[in-house]
Amino acid sequence: MRLSTLLTTTALALSVSATAASAAPDRADLMKQHRGGTLKLNAHGSAGTIDPMINYELEFWQLLSLTNDGLLAFKKVDGADGNTIVPDLAEAIPAPQDGGKTYVFKLRDGVKFSTGKDVTPADVVASFERIFKVSSPTAGSFYNGIVGADACLKTPATCSLKDGVVADDKARTVTFHLTQPDAEFFDKLSVPHASILPADTAAKDLGTMPAAATGPYMIQSYDPDHGMKIVRNPNFKQWSVDAQPDGYVDAMDYNFGLDDQAGLTAVENGQADWTFDDPPSDRLPELGTKFAKQVKVHTLQAYYYIPMNVNMAPFNNEKARHAVAYAVDRKALVALFGGPNLATPLCQHLPVGMAGHETYCPFTKDAGAGKGWTAPDMAKAKQLIEESGTKGQKVTLIGDDKAVPKAIATYMQGLLRDLGYDASLKVVSHNIQFTYIQNTNNNVQISVTDWYADYPAPSDFLNVLYGCDSFHPGSDSSINMAGWCDKKVDADMKDALKTAVTDPAAANAMWSKIDREITDAAPAAALFQPKRVDVLSQRVGNVMFNDTYHVIFSQAWVQ
Amino acid sequence: MVALVGLLVIALACLAAPLYAARVSGTDPFASNISGSVSIDGQDVAVMQAETEGLGFGTTPIGPTWRGPYFLGADTQGRDVMARLLYGGQNSLIIAGSATLITLVVAAVLGIVAGFFGGWIDIVLSRLLDILWAFPVFLLAISLSVVTIGHGLVIGPVTIGSDSLLLPILIIALVYVPYVARPIRGQVLQLRRTEFVLAARGLGVPRGRILRVDVLPNVATTLIVFAPLTMALNMIIESALSFLSIGVQSPQASWGTIIEDGQSLLYTRPLVAIAPGVAIVLTVLALNVLGDGVRDALDPRAKLKMR
Repeated sequence: MRLSTLLTTTALALSVSATAASAAPDRADLMKQHRGGTLKLNAHGSAGTIDPMINYELEFWQLLSLTNDGLLAFKKVDGADGNTIVPDLAEAIPAPQDGGKTYVFKLRDGVKFSTGKDVTPADVVASFERIFKVSSPTAGSFYNGIVGADACLKTPATCSLKDGVVADDKARTVTFHLTQPDAEFFDKLSVPHASILPADTAAKDLGTMPAAATGPYMIQSYDPDHGMKIVRNPNFKQWSVDAQPDGYVDAMDYNFGLDDQAGLTAVENGQADWTFDDPPSDRLPELGTKFAKQVKVHTLQAYYYIPMNVNMAPFNNEKARHAVAYAVDRKALVALFGGPNLATPLCQHLPVGMAGHETYCPFTKDAGAGKGWTAPDMAKAKQLIEESGTKGQKVTLIGDDKAVPKAIATYMQGLLRDLGYDASLKVVSHNIQFTYIQNTNNNVQISVTDWYADYPAPSDFLNVLYGCDSFHPGSDSSINMAGWCDKKVDADMKDALKTAVTDPAAANAMWSKIDREITDAAPAAALFQPKRVDVLSQRVGNVMFNDTYHVIFSQAWVQ
Repeated sequence: MVALVGLLVIALACLAAPLYAARVSGTDPFASNISGSVSIDGQDVAVMQAETEGLGFGTTPIGPTWRGPYFLGADTQGRDVMARLLYGGQNSLIIAGSATLITLVVAAVLGIVAGFFGGWIDIVLSRLLDILWAFPVFLLAISLSVVTIGHGLVIGPVTIGSDSLLLPILIIALVYVPYVARPIRGQVLQLRRTEFVLAARGLGVPRGRILRVDVLPNVATTLIVFAPLTMALNMIIESALSFLSIGVQSPQASWGTIIEDGQSLLYTRPLVAIAPGVAIVLTVLALNVLGDGVRDALDPRAKLKMR
């Protein structure tokens, strides 16, 4: 290349870069332009305790991810990159040692709690012990692999993880020892239940008392009947723009009370900036036409499904379960959810976009390799019911009283009647339905429910919902609602979890096969994969959304 | 008279529900028809219409056609609202009517026995009625419904399923018993001291005959006046329970369940909720006017005042 050409090219490149830079101002400039103001949020009701280790509701996880930090975090950026795990209070993501059973985290220097105290390794140890002491809902499922967790689960009050989580104050390191390799250990360290709190935090549910914060915001006050005030954490200094970026707004006012209809109207009128509740179905056409510019749609790592109790008649008969899977008109259910732009038919258990997902649908007309669902096959379904010998049996379907699940349940009752069952519908309050259908003492035969990923991993659908370890007869916490336990598939899932530590690609192939095996056995009939509709007021800008926390409020601005 | 005619029209229309469903609507009012279509002016129109403008969000049930099938449009399950309104009316009227009958019979028996025999029988029955009276009507009905809706009602060898209409009938009948029994008891207490009853007793007429010949005819007019008014109240409470999903159970319908179905369509298809609401208002209004008319007709003092 001649010198003049090189100079010309270089000059051109620099000018393009400069143009690009001026077109996309850097974060510091944006912060100068947009910092300040109050974000007005709304939800019909609050979501219980604000203890980061106990709350298990998306409504508050969105906030707790801004007020508190774990050693790791999901990247707070828009889109699929939001599933990337980045170091948060830890300086770096450690390499596995001892075959994936040991991890050494080094804490960042200079991170302080909102109380002014430094974050220390001792706080990390105490926080993980606190997970067990306060009986965090995921203590037994996420953190049971830490050495000493077994004893902590048995006697939470005296929990000690001295051999499982070891602090070195001088080196500012924390070493985790696991009983076996866990490919999802980093995911589990990235959710709010693994938040690091001061060691002297009370070992009981904090309820309405805010925990000390490390993030850019802290909860100033919380009244479950009225609202929550979130303000800036005076001791926050941004240490990682990926893990915990500084926020634009100065404060957030969360109001509880307006229902889904009133909440949406408030957003449309600019009286609120966002509302947590899904838009009512009869407002969707209006949103898509009059307020299209204020609407954000995102595919969720989630699915609606129909668990069928494999330990009770008639669904202890595989043909009966297959019949239901064949008969369901998933297109009709998509229509009930809001139409094809808001949901997609699904007849397997790994949603689209999840690692390991390979389109598979045996329960459709014109089934074929790599083909998805096309139409219900009622003739085949009725034939299977005849063959199963279960026709005419009594079936009680458990629905919940929220609009969409209730509509699905009403449709399913009619479908079961069409199939020849004496089907009745029992509608249970949304607040208790999810635990009610888990408890085998309630003799639930079939129900309508949904599942949203805790973190983006195939095991969070397959192993959690259909693993033998997730079936606990007589307990409200038996997330394997179908009660399906196939020893071979269970062993395959454990193999896939182990493989993922060293070879994620091979593990994903294993999960694809497991997904097909579970779909074939049909302990549940998958229905559709939903999308999330967020409506924001006109003044809100820079809206980012990821799979775990949905709208990232710290990155939105209002001025 | 107008009220009576109005009631008859409503009842006859509801009785004609199967005729409408079979001959006009052509769809099963109890089965979802989300993917179905209907022929209007020779054109096939989807019952659930997907939004095509803007972002294409939502599906809206077909609106009122004002003729033939889907006269009042469809609900969220694509079912013909008119057909469900008529079938639902049948259930609402059956429940309110049957509950009224049971209330009046039980209240009459309790009121007459308590008032006529007095003593410990009166004390026991009156306290039982007091206990029932102490509960707010709606709270009691909701509580009983919530308790029984899960597994039905088992009384000895008799089991009433949770989806049986008998369950709301019995619950609604029970909660209004004290409101009728107490006035009946008071009237019987007065009758017991009247000269003709005392004379009958003095002549040694058996108590059963006194009750049948002298007491019952005198309280009958009160019961007749109570009948339409109680039925109006029963209709409102049935609608409320069904609206709360603890009355008539799916796939059956009542006016209350249809209002509940229409709740999620208030913006786009308000008629789904309004139509059964209007039906309830008209029926209750007619029953109340009828009740007043019956009272005026049977109360000689009212006639004197009117003159």
